[in-house]
Amino acid sequence: MGGYHTVFGSLDHYEKGGVQVIDADPKHYCFSNCFEVASKSKPYEKVAVGKNLKYVIEAIRAEGDSPWYSNAHDEAVLVMDGEIEVHLLQPDEPLVPEGKEGSVQLDAEPKGTKMGWVKARRGHMTLLPKGAAYQFRSAKPGVMLQQTILGDFTIQRWNEICQTQG
Amino acid sequence: MATQTMSPSKAAIIANPVANPLGYQTFAIGSFRFERDQYFAHIHYPGNQHIMPVDAFLRALMRDVGWGFFYGTVNFDHVFGTLNHYGTVEMFIGMFNDAFRKAHRDFVENFDSPDLRKVFEAMLDDWTNEGFDPYAAPDETGLAYGRKHGSNTKALKRQRMVATRMVGLPGDLGYRTDIDGYPVNRQFTDVPQDLPEIHAAPGFEGQVHAFNMFAYVSRSDVTWNPSVVSCVHDSQFCATTEEHALPIMHGNDRVEWFIQATDEIIWDVDDKNTGAPRAKVTMKAGDVAAMPADIRHKGYSPKRSMLIVWENNDAALPRMYSRGELKPHPVEF
Ligand SMILES: [Fe+2]
Repeated sequence: MGGYHTVFGSLDHYEKGGVQVIDADPKHYCFSNCFEVASKSKPYEKVAVGKNLKYVIEAIRAEGDSPWYSNAHDEAVLVMDGEIEVHLLQPDEPLVPEGKEGSVQLDAEPKGTKMGWVKARRGHMTLLPKGAAYQFRSAKPGVMLQQTILGDFTIQRWNEICQTQG
Repeated sequence: MATQTMSPSKAAIIANPVANPLGYQTFAIGSFRFERDQYFAHIHYPGNQHIMPVDAFLRALMRDVGWGFFYGTVNFDHVFGTLNHYGTVEMFIGMFNDAFRKAHRDFVENFDSPDLRKVFEAMLDDWTNEGFDPYAAPDETGLAYGRKHGSNTKALKRQRMVATRMVGLPGDLGYRTDIDGYPVNRQFTDVPQDLPEIHAAPGFEGQVHAFNMFAYVSRSDVTWNPSVVSCVHDSQFCATTEEHALPIMHGNDRVEWFIQATDEIIWDVDDKNTGAPRAKVTMKAGDVAAMPADIRHKGYSPKRSMLIVWENNDAALPRMYSRGELKPHPVEF
């Protein structure tokens, strides 16, 4: 009975697999590891680790307080490591025009009504609802994946994060 | 000789009500006829026949039925499968097998999806014996073999779970709980079941939302069956638990991505059209990788693991990839 051990990754400890090429270009598989990416990122850099046409998944190193962001569509964040607070605010007036894609970084905390906040740990997924403003706070370094659309603040450095050699 | 029916085959669906001596019905649609015995499924098509171990056949059939023929190609093995055209579906022998194609031994027939679905559902139900659950990992279920004994209809009727925005939102897909018949799986008893702290200001309940996705996935009672947990327009996170081997080889009609959330899966990646090996991809917790639009893949998960299959649900994509308007790989760098 029992004896099964579920293996999670973290900033402190992760193992990385890879592409063993038979007859392929490893770049076509865009193989990366979100913990490795976050270990080399500055706090709150939104580094694309997945891209399906306009949609992206960004790996984000959460550390300290993030800038404030807003959006014109739902987004979601999944915590992969650490304990991260998500503070949500309903702005007095829309901050991002309808149809604008991706997360939009704001210069400062916008005026609005506090919606509340979430404290999320590994495996917890938080909604960043359309039109809200949000800020992440993380006392210690953490890692999250953001499900969103390619935007002005998405960073693409595939050559640095992906396996390029068979 | 390859036969391509351009319009869906209207041939009558014949389920022989007289069972064979082992108790199993024979099913037919178009030019295909399906028979089962103690150990095998026999697929008859004009001029020839194909054979598959019946447990492997039923596991693949379960996915094909459960997913509504899924995205692109569902290869039951290297010879037999279905290709989804979203409204119609092709059932084929050797269409994605280089040797069959070169020898002109491939055969394909087109059906209206509801017609083939009806036959597949009836065959799955008749051929699945009591105690065998084709969605379960082999270690969790009984055997598929022998004479017909009983049935397992309830296990076959599980609905695919699809959230429209995010699991747990008011009016959206609900959580999995002990009371609802979703206990934590035996291989995930160490997965924390803690809840995120939600502090919603008055009036913002239901908008300030979070849930424990890993706990949700740890309670999945099926393997290799992605269910949508969150959406950004056509971007769908489809979380699934994987144990043992993917019962099909999935041929992509678009790019899909994998995020390995826990443990490890090893993928065999072959050319979509010929079946020639292309790569082996080993994914460990935190790894992210793309599956290009021109490959097929089969996964092996030694321990039950959590995988997020990330799909782009845009219905225009298969045509754009097949016409070459989009490159099969997702990023140029
Ligand atoms: Fe797939």
